[in-house]
Amino acid sequence: MSNASNTIKIDGVVIPFKEGQTIMDAALAADIYIPHLCHKPGLSPHGSCKLCTVDVNGRCVSSCTMPATEGQEIDNNTPALNEVRKTITQMLFIEGNHLCPSCEKTGDCTLQAIAYHLGMLDGHFSQFYPRREIDASHTSLVLDRDRCIMCELCVRASREVDGKDVFATSGRGINRHLIVHSPSGKLGDSNIERDDLAAHICPVGAILIKGDAYKVPIGQRTFDLHSVAETNLDKIILTKVRHHDA
Amino acid sequence: MTINLKPSTHLLHALHAHQQQHRFISDQAMIDIAAQFNIPRPQVEAVTEFYSFFHRTPRGRFDILFSNCTSCGDLTLMQMLCEKLHIKTGETRADGLISIGETSCIGMCDHGASALINSMTIRSISKSMIEGMAELIESDTKLSDWPQNWFQVDDHIRKKGLLLSNSFEAGSALKSMAGRSGQDLLNDVTSSALKGRGGAGFSTGLKWQFCHEAEHETRYVICNADEGEPGTFKDRILLNSHADVMFEGMTICGRIIGATQGYLYLRGEYRYMLDALETTLQHRRETGLLGKNILHQGFDFDVHIVVGAGAYICGEESALIESLEGKPGIPRIRPPFPVTSGLWGKPTVVNNVETLVAAASIILHGHHWFTTHGTWQSKGSKLLSVSGDCARAGIYEYAFGISVQQVLDDAGAKNVQAVQIGGPSGRLIGADYFEHLIAFEDLATGGSFMIFNESRDLLAVIRNFTHFFAHESCGFCTPCRVGTTLLKKGLDKICDGHGTAHDLDELNRTAALVSRRSHCGLGMTAPNPIRDALKNFHPLFKQRLLHQEMEPEFNLDAALEEARALRNGN
Repeated sequence: MSNASNTIKIDGVVIPFKEGQTIMDAALAADIYIPHLCHKPGLSPHGSCKLCTVDVNGRCVSSCTMPATEGQEIDNNTPALNEVRKTITQMLFIEGNHLCPSCEKTGDCTLQAIAYHLGMLDGHFSQFYPRREIDASHTSLVLDRDRCIMCELCVRASREVDGKDVFATSGRGINRHLIVHSPSGKLGDSNIERDDLAAHICPVGAILIKGDAYKVPIGQRTFDLHSVAETNLDKIILTKVRHHDA
Repeated sequence: MTINLKPSTHLLHALHAHQQQHRFISDQAMIDIAAQFNIPRPQVEAVTEFYSFFHRTPRGRFDILFSNCTSCGDLTLMQMLCEKLHIKTGETRADGLISIGETSCIGMCDHGASALINSMTIRSISKSMIEGMAELIESDTKLSDWPQNWFQVDDHIRKKGLLLSNSFEAGSALKSMAGRSGQDLLNDVTSSALKGRGGAGFSTGLKWQFCHEAEHETRYVICNADEGEPGTFKDRILLNSHADVMFEGMTICGRIIGATQGYLYLRGEYRYMLDALETTLQHRRETGLLGKNILHQGFDFDVHIVVGAGAYICGEESALIESLEGKPGIPRIRPPFPVTSGLWGKPTVVNNVETLVAAASIILHGHHWFTTHGTWQSKGSKLLSVSGDCARAGIYEYAFGISVQQVLDDAGAKNVQAVQIGGPSGRLIGADYFEHLIAFEDLATGGSFMIFNESRDLLAVIRNFTHFFAHESCGFCTPCRVGTTLLKKGLDKICDGHGTAHDLDELNRTAALVSRRSHCGLGMTAPNPIRDALKNFHPLFKQRLLHQEMEPEFNLDAALEEARALRNGN
């Protein structure tokens, strides 16, 4: 059931929403950016990174999972909320091993882009320096868990789009980590292929295509040319690696 | 389609059985079990790694987990046993005889130091018992030949109130339903103003009504017997001595909402009660209190028991449902709530053990019997699990509205420094708060009541609670996954005497973020001990600070310690 009068208010701006849309869906459709990492239109929402946290009538919710309902007054782009998001971004950096200058994904990395967007200048907290396994067993893919942020985009892309269920998460608390569906637990033994969405969807440098790392020179990468706050970036990011000259 | 999960076909049970026999879950076992259940191998791996009681490396033939709770744990005893058996915590001895580790509160807080040994509860451990245990282990003596009183768990009911003082004949509440309509019965529950006893305090009548109204052919009733909040053991007593009332509450709920299948989710720490509970269920089936056409009232209902495997988060209702579905206990996105989309996506009522016991009693005695007790917003009674520094730890049942001071007096607690109301996720209060009342409108509680006297290092207690939450965080959302570990590290630094005023500010800031931005109740309440202590016991932190200004993150002397030792050794 859709109703043309359905509206919500984000930072004072009235925008329409359709029945069944989340706050994130409605915001993206109205060209309003709410920072997010674990969300991607077309995949089921996850609500784990918490970067899209907003205050709805004073209550804290994840905009990617909260259904839009009439009368919601939403704070989004406020200094206080962006400070919270910056801290959450710092948490994501320090719990893993993110060395931007030497990372193949630099410039195409959404975590890095969001950090710039939010004015993050350092990790703030002491690094955790976890020991995590690297898996280079696949002929055309590398899985570098040091950079994984547990967004589970690859898990959902593999399950919902590729129809393969190659990835899952395991472990508890700070020991949470990505695992692979194959007899040996190695990516090389799984049925993931280079052209699968799961191979390309990683917002950071945890899943990389071998041989493609420097095809697009630094300086001409997605976030060298675009702001992460552009709401139609998904197409650009997903095709960039494969068709960088287009 | 109705999916009635049989206990014998539950993934948690299969993993437990395998581990009991083989002492760990090997890679091959995961492949085999995945094939047996027709599920992807990663699901088995994820479940194995999520629950504390499953292990991917071999444990000893005697596998001992000492509780690290402030009330039922004493890690000096664990160290003692480790030394006697020449083993380090977390390790398995080379001969495969013994492994020793820690676990979160096992609900034996009225029995003193306790542990789990091969899933059995051993309580009131003393130094002399450690000597005995070491000998029995070294001589490879079967557990059945150990002194059986070591495993004897008592109820320790110190004060009976509305629920505990009533003698209950199995089937009496069900019989009283004869001729009454479902709506009439629901009205009784709603009019009693019964609120959920797990701590959240949602109206039980409303919950049942919402579930009843949700459109679906199949509905489920779940009894949440996963009381993992440190300091809580009241459900243990109800499960042990009042199981019939609880099952009757589930059956009544089933009749009212239109469910034919119920599940009792029993925490893994209470596995020792499983046989007795199954016997009670079987007896109820044989006497027509469960099964088809119960007491000829024209409705069917049965209960299966599923046993958890060491995960505090499964006390959260949607995590519990995930666990029942054979998955890691990661709380779901809400809405939808379980009353509309719960187990297998069907409308589901999840109630605490005590809530269901109260509901059965309300159906038997009528709502007036219930509402004449308590306060205007908190009707009826509350079971408190009193433990810590007092003469008489145990179960105290009071009408709502009792003051903290009265409970302290009844339990024989002297020189009290602080009380943790509702466990680590609740409130930490000092003497200026002892005249406040146990009630939803004042001090709400799931029942944990931990007493700390003047001799306690309260900072060490808070550190214990903070470590608990970091250990139990499921890791799904960033604020809780990373934040609880940051809080742990921050508090460790202060407790170890390296903290500065800046660290206190940091602790405060991180705590506020984790409280407000986490995905579920665990993260939202995990910083409570730190936040309450910073508010109510600030001098404790101040005294422990190294400087009032700052200390560098990098401690040069500590970093060079190993190198200097090597040089001096040469």
